Amino acid sequence: MADTIGLGPDQIYRDNLESGEFKIQQCADCEKYVFYPRHLCPHCGSSSLLWKSASGRAQVYSTTVARRRPDRGGDYNVCIVELEEGPRMTSRVEGIDPDQVTIGMALRHAIADGGDAGPFIVFNPDNSGEA
Amino acid sequence: MRGKTAIVGAGLSEFGEVPGWGHFELMAQAVERALDDAGLKKNDIDGVFAALSPAGLVSATVSEYLGLHPKVLEGTMLGGSSFINFVQWAALALDAGLCEVALITYGSNARSGGRRPGGMVPTPYEAIYDMRLVNGYALAAARHMHQYGTTRVQLAEIAVAARGWAAKNPKAMVRDALSIDDVLSARMVSDPLTVSDCCLITDGAGALIMTRADRAKDFPNKPAYVLGVAADASHDQIAQMEDLTVTGAARSGPRAYEMAGMGPSDMDVLELYDAFTINTLLFLEDLGFCKKGEGGGFVEGGHIAPGGGLPVNTNGGGLSCVHPGMYGIFLLAEAVEQLRGTAGARQIDGAETALVHGNGGTLSTQVTAILGTENTL
Ligand SMILES: [Zn+2]
Repeated sequence: MADTIGLGPDQIYRDNLESGEFKIQQCADCEKYVFYPRHLCPHCGSSSLLWKSASGRAQVYSTTVARRRPDRGGDYNVCIVELEEGPRMTSRVEGIDPDQVTIGMALRHAIADGGDAGPFIVFNPDNSGEA
Repeated sequence: MRGKTAIVGAGLSEFGEVPGWGHFELMAQAVERALDDAGLKKNDIDGVFAALSPAGLVSATVSEYLGLHPKVLEGTMLGGSSFINFVQWAALALDAGLCEVALITYGSNARSGGRRPGGMVPTPYEAIYDMRLVNGYALAAARHMHQYGTTRVQLAEIAVAARGWAAKNPKAMVRDALSIDDVLSARMVSDPLTVSDCCLITDGAGALIMTRADRAKDFPNKPAYVLGVAADASHDQIAQMEDLTVTGAARSGPRAYEMAGMGPSDMDVLELYDAFTINTLLFLEDLGFCKKGEGGGFVEGGHIAPGGGLPVNTNGGGLSCVHPGMYGIFLLAEAVEQLRGTAGARQIDGAETALVHGNGGTLSTQVTAILGTENTL
């Protein structure tokens, strides 16, 4: 059975991250991009979801500074990022102070080490000047 | 469904800080009071609608605790809106003759028991970023401010209004004066929300008794008839919410109004689930009391405070009265008080209709109910 049906989309996503690749799904039927990974397209219901390399370009849709006591690690950023392909994801912006993150800020992705939780996607400000 | 069922009994436990009482003990206290209020005995209950966070076999636990063998058991967990949602399913079960006396109940010792609210299942694409409940609401507030120019002062107006109502409610947990400056200078929790933009964490329980309308007048107190009720879910994790400035209330509200045959201008009093100040603002917009984006201006100048144009959260709300993890049952209990005319110093003169709006998760589930007195049937 496992030979024909393969792995579920969540596991494939994580395996891709382990290999250093940030891939998201695109629906073969309605052509919309999908994140988080699913078995059925949330737009049209199709199960023909294809893996595509994400450009990694994104912008901040909304952002907050989660306040935390310094002895527990200090303040950190939590944001919702809109990928260039359309879907949004929860993430955080690194490389600048959490209160310097602004809505609309251009970002590039990076793969962070989550230890036992596995790798995960974070973002850095995109200073390349390209739109 | 309009007018076919009614809330005929309501009871709240001691709430605020109630050390030494467990969830189900507080709940039983509320049930005892609701039964007294309705003049019923516990064995009259044949439908149990209950939820607790984290979810277990809660309606079975309630039945066991009270020694009941109910014919209808319901426990759909939608977060804080669960109890407004139960009104819908209790109304349907009663109307279909599946049960005769429905109990809707909730209890939690979230404050004294030290368990913090928000005990939802962590979602895999959120937890790794240490996303807490308050962060999600802060993201919605930040987006609303960005898109519509809403200010922190306008959000603070909502906390100040709630405190104004709490000052009129002897049972509200926090009643001392609160100014806009107090809110702005309070400890920041998740920008732009300070601790004064966030609900209390209290102990407390509530219970409601519902029956069919044809026998509603046989009970000692004025019934609150169910005129309309509707639910919506837009997401679980807030990153999946289509537009952070538009909640599912924009869909549940119109359906509830349609069922009731009424609109926003027909509502005498509003009880809106204010886990955070941004909630009240979003729901006022989405439920049609002002246009999208204009909620900030709408609440200015004490418009929703005592003596303002529109009475909202007349018990002091989750912000200043009570909020033991899930608050929905308290919204309903306050609406019942207002429709009975027994709300004391905070009573809205001649209140015949009440809009109750519940929220669950991170703006995830939205349920609107419209209740009315006999005159609205
Ligand atoms: Zn599709």
